[in-house]
Amino acid sequence: MPDIRPLARSGPTARRIAIVAVAALITSVASSAQAQSAMSPVAGREQTADQQVHHALNRLAFGARPGDVERVRAMGVDAWIEQQLHPERITDTATEQWLTRFPTLTMSGSQFMAQYPPPGQLQRQLAMQQRGGGKVPGGTVPRGTVPGSSVAISPADSVRLRDARRATARASSELAVARTGRAVMSERQLQEVMVDFWANHFNVFAGKPQTRYYIAEYEREAIRPNALGSFRALLGAVAKSPAMLTYLDQWQSVADSGRQTLASVRQARAARMRAASANRPRGINENYARELMELHTLGVDGGYTQQDVMEVARALTGWTLSRGAGQGGSFVFRPDVHDAGAKRILGQTFPAGRGQDDGERVLDLLAAHASTAHFIATKLVRHFVSDEPPAALVDRATVVFTKTKGDIREVMRTIITSDEFFATDAYRAKVKTPFELVVSASRALGGLADPTPATAQLIARMGQPIYGRSTPDGYPDTADEWINTGAILNRMNFGLAVGANRLPGARLNQWETARTLRTEPAEVQVDGLVRALLGGDVSADTRAILLSGENPLLARAPTGSDSIFRADPDAETNDMKRMNGFPKLVGLAIGAPEFQRR
Amino acid sequence: MQRRVFLKSGAMALVTMGLSPSFLRRTVMGMSLPKAARGKTLICLFQRGAADALNVVVPFGEQAYYTARPQLAVAAPTRAAAGTGAIDLDGFFGLHPALSPFKPLYDRGVLVPVHAVGSPSATRSHFDAQDYMESATPDLKGTRSGWLNRYLATKGTCEAGCDAHASPFRAVSMTQQTPRILDGDAPVVAMNSLQEFSIRSSGGDAAARLEALYRTGKADVVHGSGSDVFEAMKMLRSANPLQYRPVTGANYPRSAFGQRLQQIAQLIKSDVGLEVAFADVGGWDTHVNQGGAQGQLAQRLGDFSQSVAALVTDLGDRMDDVVILTMSEFGRTVRQNGTSGTDHGHAGAMFVLGGNLGARQRVLGTWPGLEREQLYEGRDLALTTDFRAVFSEVTSRHLGGNALGDVFPGYEARPDAWLGLLPSA
Repeated sequence: MPDIRPLARSGPTARRIAIVAVAALITSVASSAQAQSAMSPVAGREQTADQQVHHALNRLAFGARPGDVERVRAMGVDAWIEQQLHPERITDTATEQWLTRFPTLTMSGSQFMAQYPPPGQLQRQLAMQQRGGGKVPGGTVPRGTVPGSSVAISPADSVRLRDARRATARASSELAVARTGRAVMSERQLQEVMVDFWANHFNVFAGKPQTRYYIAEYEREAIRPNALGSFRALLGAVAKSPAMLTYLDQWQSVADSGRQTLASVRQARAARMRAASANRPRGINENYARELMELHTLGVDGGYTQQDVMEVARALTGWTLSRGAGQGGSFVFRPDVHDAGAKRILGQTFPAGRGQDDGERVLDLLAAHASTAHFIATKLVRHFVSDEPPAALVDRATVVFTKTKGDIREVMRTIITSDEFFATDAYRAKVKTPFELVVSASRALGGLADPTPATAQLIARMGQPIYGRSTPDGYPDTADEWINTGAILNRMNFGLAVGANRLPGARLNQWETARTLRTEPAEVQVDGLVRALLGGDVSADTRAILLSGENPLLARAPTGSDSIFRADPDAETNDMKRMNGFPKLVGLAIGAPEFQRR
Repeated sequence: MQRRVFLKSGAMALVTMGLSPSFLRRTVMGMSLPKAARGKTLICLFQRGAADALNVVVPFGEQAYYTARPQLAVAAPTRAAAGTGAIDLDGFFGLHPALSPFKPLYDRGVLVPVHAVGSPSATRSHFDAQDYMESATPDLKGTRSGWLNRYLATKGTCEAGCDAHASPFRAVSMTQQTPRILDGDAPVVAMNSLQEFSIRSSGGDAAARLEALYRTGKADVVHGSGSDVFEAMKMLRSANPLQYRPVTGANYPRSAFGQRLQQIAQLIKSDVGLEVAFADVGGWDTHVNQGGAQGQLAQRLGDFSQSVAALVTDLGDRMDDVVILTMSEFGRTVRQNGTSGTDHGHAGAMFVLGGNLGARQRVLGTWPGLEREQLYEGRDLALTTDFRAVFSEVTSRHLGGNALGDVFPGYEARPDAWLGLLPSA
């Protein structure tokens, strides 16, 4: 158990705790939070006023843009937090305007699929057409002889295929491009952080062909509207999303043969025949039922059994798609494949014959379960406070989750206005994910959202492709999972690439800070960069190394001059060369350990 | 030697920079290069997309094979012109003619095919089947780690009581991202090429200053890994990847796959402590115009076998300590489909290569036959060997892994179910 609040032990602290409690009470009332003076420090918070500003921008936003620190300081950290908790009150016209360039973002899965058919499907269609057109000899080839090439794809069709592949690839990248761009430019930063959190909590995988087309719809309709809303609503929207239904195979889960369904015997047999002819597994599939409890709600130690998994799977039979996964479709309940028998789940009896209500009741039960409150609170505290979540804060967030029936905004308010959130130990305690690293670098340099896939691909290359995690657990949220030899090398090279002007949208020569610092002496440059990129707060060693400049001895060290360090001839433009060593400093600062943390 | 040079110049640099003595001390203390003893290496090669096992290791002795595939079948060795029929292995099975580089390896006992092997799962989804092959837990989606990583995580890194941390190149994936099979607790380096494993700056002292940034400051995971990076780069520098020349006769194709295998050979020959390597190659999902002795699949097989054969040649004697294992998520339908291709099937084939195999000049596994009643669900090659029998035998007998229950949860690894790929002692 981490020692999280050393202050809460000695005598004088008792008074402090009382004050904190009052302060917490005040901040929990939305209107009074704004009334709080911008300058008065909230008692119980260990971080300095400046640290609080940087901390809030690093955790509740994807880092500070130029000017953000001053804005938040002027408005007061608590007022800014309150504003961010209500994204609907924040105007974000520029982002909305920017997003209109991506047509697939507003499409349903069916529309998406119709417009950009999978290349394999198109290829088969073309080949079938040609076969029908008589290009292929109809008779059998003598056994044992070598057949010539059978179906040839014409040059015109090759071009069609290639174009279709490109269009599909471009369309498929739009969602990742939009996610990245939103994180860079949106004014609703906490909303974007929450989308990142929930999309990862309810992970789906774009590499699964049946799932890929539904993910834009998933993020738009299941994740975004509920990111700071009701957990039960979020859970329900995810459960009925074609993305999750296909990803965890729920759409194929049907009553085991021999079980009574809600259809006549004849209908049930027909349903099973359909399933058989479609080569689907016949019977229940536990995948979704298991992950629903293990990953989405109760947690692996949340007190459910294998029997519960099977019973939940039975309850959810019939939750499927209106058409096959390959044809586009939406959620539908199919009584003819629903297991109509009675079930017993987590100690509760589910009477026979309730149909879709079985599943709804399962979700109600899970959303309201004490293990779920604790599990979600723990994950949120881990994400927003520390890899080792302070137990007292988890407990308070759990209580709020339960009392508010899973009101995510209220749970968040408890966490991000807490003393633990603003503790010294929490400052820079989290390691940035590749997504957070790239986006925060772009924001720090006043970058514009990148409309091309380049930035999203950079994030993917660093190990975090958006919707590219194949397993249902989502990406990890602790430092030890993200930091290893290869990863840290990528991060250093990323920093140098940013300094070499290769982060799309974030050009050094368009960065106001660069314009003012480039002609200054080294000391001023280093201090200015430390302020702009590292929150004004680095060790003496770091500052000394940044300052050391073209130290002749360092330059002779073997690491710097070896042949395996490829030179990048395009890296430095003439303009950059006039910047007096400044680009390299930017590269070092972003490649430095301090910038890897938030 | 390199290390001393750095130590000396690095220390001087620090003094002139006026840095704290604690930094200097940490720098000196942190210099222990990992010991990289010459040990066993396993190279796993994944053919993504489901390779058509029946046209890879051709059952030319089966009449049903020719009936089911009038256009795609590879002719029996005696019924075709040289180079267009199957390459006879044992009078019943033959290699696809594009696999001719494999024939001398088979004859020397360096390569053994395993047939009718794969996942017991009924799935015909590429995604699910690859997932199961890499997690080695068929039909269980929830397994978080891959079996290769579980091997690494459960086996002590230092046999001879060494105190140093494991080599940073103990597990290397020549892929953009860490593959599922290597996901897990043990550290893994994923890279497209060795050249990528370097600080990319336009010269100057950027790398040296980054090293200094990571060697100072608090001792946390970020700083620690940062320091390791520079150790790892020094190890690689001794491998000198830009000047590597494969041995004469090791003719790697220019393909991405060939180049990646060449780099795996480089790592092995540089003694950087490589224990598990992984690479993958796509293009096997031949639903349309698969071709027979020539065509789409033949091209893939040509690149594949030339690359693997070059790797074997390049490694020379070191093959005594190496096993190469090829795999694909499932096989394909016995019958050709309506578009001169094949669809998703069930059991497949693997190749096992090594300088010290337990079986020679044989096709291993149990052949289930291709008559209709012998097929899985009336359409696919039936499974007679669980892929975990192969994986667990290699893990145990080649790598010396002993926590087989942790590596293959839910599977009882029994030596009597093993195929005898490797000598038992």
